[in-house]
Amino acid sequence: MTNDASPSTQPTYYQEVERKGYSRRDFIGFVTMMTAFMGLEKSAIGQVAKALETKPRIPVIWLHFQECTCCSESFIRSSHPIVADILLDKISLDYSETLMAASGFQAEEAMKNTMTKYKGEYILCVEGSVPTGADGVYCMIGGKTSMQILEEAAAGAKAVIAWGSCASNGCVQSAKPNPTKATPIHKLLKANVPLIKVPGCPPIGEVMAGVIVHLVTFGKIPELDRVGRPKAFYSKRVHDSCYRRPFYDAGLFVETFDDENAKKGYCLYKVGCKGPSTYNACGVMKWNNGTSYPIQSGHPCIGCSEENYWDNGRLYERASAFAGFGIEANADTLGKVALAATGVAVAAHAVATNVRKKKLIFDLEKEGKESEQELKS
Amino acid sequence: MANKYLHIHRLRRVYVWELPVRFYHWLNALVIIALIATGFYIANPLAIQSQHEASGQYTMGWVRYIHFAAAYLFFFNFLFRLYWGFVGNKYANWKQFLPISKKFFKEMWYVFRMDIMMLKGKEHMSIGHNAMAGFIYFLTFIAFLVQCLTGFGLYAPMSTWWLPKLFTWVPAVFGGDILTRQIHHWSMWFFILFAVIHVYLVFYHDYVEGRGEISSMGGGWKFIEEEVFERNHHQTPNPEK
Repeated sequence: MTNDASPSTQPTYYQEVERKGYSRRDFIGFVTMMTAFMGLEKSAIGQVAKALETKPRIPVIWLHFQECTCCSESFIRSSHPIVADILLDKISLDYSETLMAASGFQAEEAMKNTMTKYKGEYILCVEGSVPTGADGVYCMIGGKTSMQILEEAAAGAKAVIAWGSCASNGCVQSAKPNPTKATPIHKLLKANVPLIKVPGCPPIGEVMAGVIVHLVTFGKIPELDRVGRPKAFYSKRVHDSCYRRPFYDAGLFVETFDDENAKKGYCLYKVGCKGPSTYNACGVMKWNNGTSYPIQSGHPCIGCSEENYWDNGRLYERASAFAGFGIEANADTLGKVALAATGVAVAAHAVATNVRKKKLIFDLEKEGKESEQELKS
Repeated sequence: MANKYLHIHRLRRVYVWELPVRFYHWLNALVIIALIATGFYIANPLAIQSQHEASGQYTMGWVRYIHFAAAYLFFFNFLFRLYWGFVGNKYANWKQFLPISKKFFKEMWYVFRMDIMMLKGKEHMSIGHNAMAGFIYFLTFIAFLVQCLTGFGLYAPMSTWWLPKLFTWVPAVFGGDILTRQIHHWSMWFFILFAVIHVYLVFYHDYVEGRGEISSMGGGWKFIEEEVFERNHHQTPNPEK
């Protein structure tokens, strides 16, 4: 537990950076990187640095519900060491099941203390969805359901961050038939607290850090898009920043994973890449210290930051299956069947017309022929 | 019924489809064909074996360009047709498409029995669309709307113009681009099925009625039997036109 200081004596972020042994140069490097990630102008670097130098660290409660902890893993692997060391280790992470030292009663006590001591000041980070089935018994901590914990913690929060696809969209545990009724938190939050969705499975560590730094620097939540994601990181499709995009535009595609085109690094569109439908910063920020991202390693984007990506068709196909029509029936298969049926119906109608309306057609033809014969040749 | 057709009909030329309606119709047909063809390619592009570098070709780029350009034409053409539903002649009027009166339903039921069930009886001789056709066109307008909403919704993030930006809420409603794209793709099949039935029925009406159904979308005229004309005389639903 790092939250041993009283609120008035909370050190600033910069003090923590210094105490940890980082140089001023490291700090400025970190600030510059974060400013760039947040999509701010160069002139904002000073503002970010000043905020981190003067503002006391924000208390954070980090809750884990139905999730796999990949969001936490991603966060502590942010490329710049200060992210992990200061933002996570030292942002006074007052409660995080994965990373706190305390356990059991002490841990619950620490959370309670933060909630009362910093009411209206702390940031609530939620990792994981909340099961609402069977009165929430599928995920209980310290004798409380996750729904109860979420409600209590959100009531006094300054802002709520929904980390990852679980908290933002429900992710795989809410896939059909969703036995635990796993629910993303935006559908459950009753408290009138600003909510930031940071979807992805997991989200990029630098994106997560960027959201926190924005909150610290400006004291308010970043600009969000229509569905509540920070615009700085989720306004572009993976497709738009993909280095394989020229192959897409040229019409050059990988047909199978082991063909010549795959070796040449062509576009992965036809093997199911969801990049054209996925809003994320993977193509720009990449992963693991900017080393690579799925498409760079030859794998199509699976659209992990998109709502319902687990039920919206298969990962390695563009055409997606129709729910309820068997797994092989996609729109085009059904369309072709309907087209054939229509063709048969039309042909049958044409035959029936000639039978049933024989007299009518005969009279019309007769009338026409009579007129023809009355005319001079 | 039998005696009616034994005499030579006197036909009245009626200007049914005005030039703007005909223009709308053929532009619509052209862009829908272009949209379906390019749409199929975009959904599942051909495997091109090319010796060129990627920088030397722009196949998908051009196909998408045609798709988007055709989409704009389609959209404005659609808006124009909606407008013409208020200022055009009685056969273009919006009342031709909405089943809002008892008469409309009665006529639909009659057309269903005569033209689809092939029951014996007096032929229904409409002048513009029959009620059944009008209602089906109403459904096509719904399909047009769905395609415009989902299409521009998907296109919006690639655009800097305010018009496509008006549609950014659409993918948000469907929970993202993946499902929106699928709805866009599924709905396309309505257009294909519609086209097959539409073309067939035009030939059907021309064949069993003999009054220039096919050519009416060329010159605008239909040739209406004198007795049908007399029956409909003074019964104009829209007298001021």
